[in-house]
Amino acid sequence: MPDNPARSISKAPAPSLLRAAGCVFWRDLAVAWRRSADVLTPLVFFAIVVSLFPLGVGPEPNMLRTMAPGVLWVAALLATMLSLRRMFSHDYADGSLELLVLAPHPLTVMVLAKVAAHWVLTGIPLMLISPVLAVQLYLPGEAMGTLLLSLLVGTPVLSLLGSVGAALTLGLRGGGVLVSLLVLPLYTPILIFGAGAVASSATGIEAGALLSLMGAMLALALTFAPIATAAAIRISLD
Amino acid sequence: MKITKYASPVIFYGFSGKLIPWLGALTALLLGVGLYLGLFVAPADYQQGESYRIMFIHVPSAWMSMFIYVVMAVAGAIGLVWKTKLSEILASACAPVGASFTLIALVTGALWGKPMWGAYWVWDARLTSELILLFLYIGFMALEASIDDPRRAARAAAVLALVGVVNIPIIHFSVEWWNTLHQPASVTKVGAPSIHPSMLAPLLLMAIGFKVYFVTIVLMRMRSTILLREKHTRWVNELLETKS
Repeated sequence: MPDNPARSISKAPAPSLLRAAGCVFWRDLAVAWRRSADVLTPLVFFAIVVSLFPLGVGPEPNMLRTMAPGVLWVAALLATMLSLRRMFSHDYADGSLELLVLAPHPLTVMVLAKVAAHWVLTGIPLMLISPVLAVQLYLPGEAMGTLLLSLLVGTPVLSLLGSVGAALTLGLRGGGVLVSLLVLPLYTPILIFGAGAVASSATGIEAGALLSLMGAMLALALTFAPIATAAAIRISLD
Repeated sequence: MKITKYASPVIFYGFSGKLIPWLGALTALLLGVGLYLGLFVAPADYQQGESYRIMFIHVPSAWMSMFIYVVMAVAGAIGLVWKTKLSEILASACAPVGASFTLIALVTGALWGKPMWGAYWVWDARLTSELILLFLYIGFMALEASIDDPRRAARAAAVLALVGVVNIPIIHFSVEWWNTLHQPASVTKVGAPSIHPSMLAPLLLMAIGFKVYFVTIVLMRMRSTILLREKHTRWVNELLETKS
């Protein structure tokens, strides 16, 4: 395991900001690697939810094709939401989150590193398995690139907004359901634009404008979400 | 005399207690006159007949639903920055009132939609963003209810309200965009650009009446929260002794 963040509060000079953020990032990846079930569950959930839709609405290819962008995006939203608890709850339980707050580095940057690790463990795998599920729903091949691109731009926003909800519900009873209540309404714009981009490129319309709007939301979330998350962590640790 | 002195719960409690009867009477007057003008005096609409009159409830509640969320977020921000107890109490007192106005706007919208659009629910942009606003209010209240320490609850909820207030415009415009993509120009927008003064007057009276009602109710809610939170202090105990 890389450097323990606890070391930074000892007498030794604190590591540089980038190095500290890198340590947090790699540590989260290493922890997840050793608890791989935590990482796989949301992915399996994603696959199951998408596969349930044809069972519910019938195997009609035309209907499934028109529903595919929405179903894929809603399932990705739910799978991300399911994985949000993992972001801080282990660190909260074993006290390492407190050490992170006490560390001399700005908490917003540390939060950003943790969110990045969460995205690598959730967003990227979701994106990678989405084409397989898209084929199941008869999504036209032309829309496949847009699906990947929209998930690439959209899932970091889901992780960033989700981090606020995860931090606010740390240590609360019924935290899991509460996170969904807090976070899902905030996810609506990204769902609209993500599914809209895929749907429009499935019907042969250029989706660049929608993807740009999603990029704008990513920039906005990247700037402000870590601040809110850091504030929420401080409140939760009080 | 400084205005900050009213931030003290003791002074605020006494001051708001004197204010509430006047505000209550003003609410009754405004809503009474507004409803009378709206339901009996204003002429029937040439297109929508009598059923447009639900507008006098629907439109002010929709205005209030958004206004109250902003009040809540600003109060929450002030509470976060200056750690003033009173603004935390104000924010938490706003939430149920705002949620109720949102629900009223949704229900009256559905009832109005049935004769106008032929369906109780249309995925109209404004209806949808109002629904999401209701979810945001519910999230705020759920978060606040699940934290036992009231001050920590208030601060956590304030962060959520601030995130929400940044998101509301984004949600609103994305929903508007989404609706135009899915059903172009088929939605009959009711809001006519010009409105006759005989209809505008009751609408504005109702809007002001709802605002005064909101202030009255929030003051009442804040007073009971203050009593609850300060129940171990001497002034509350003295107050209870003189009352009983």
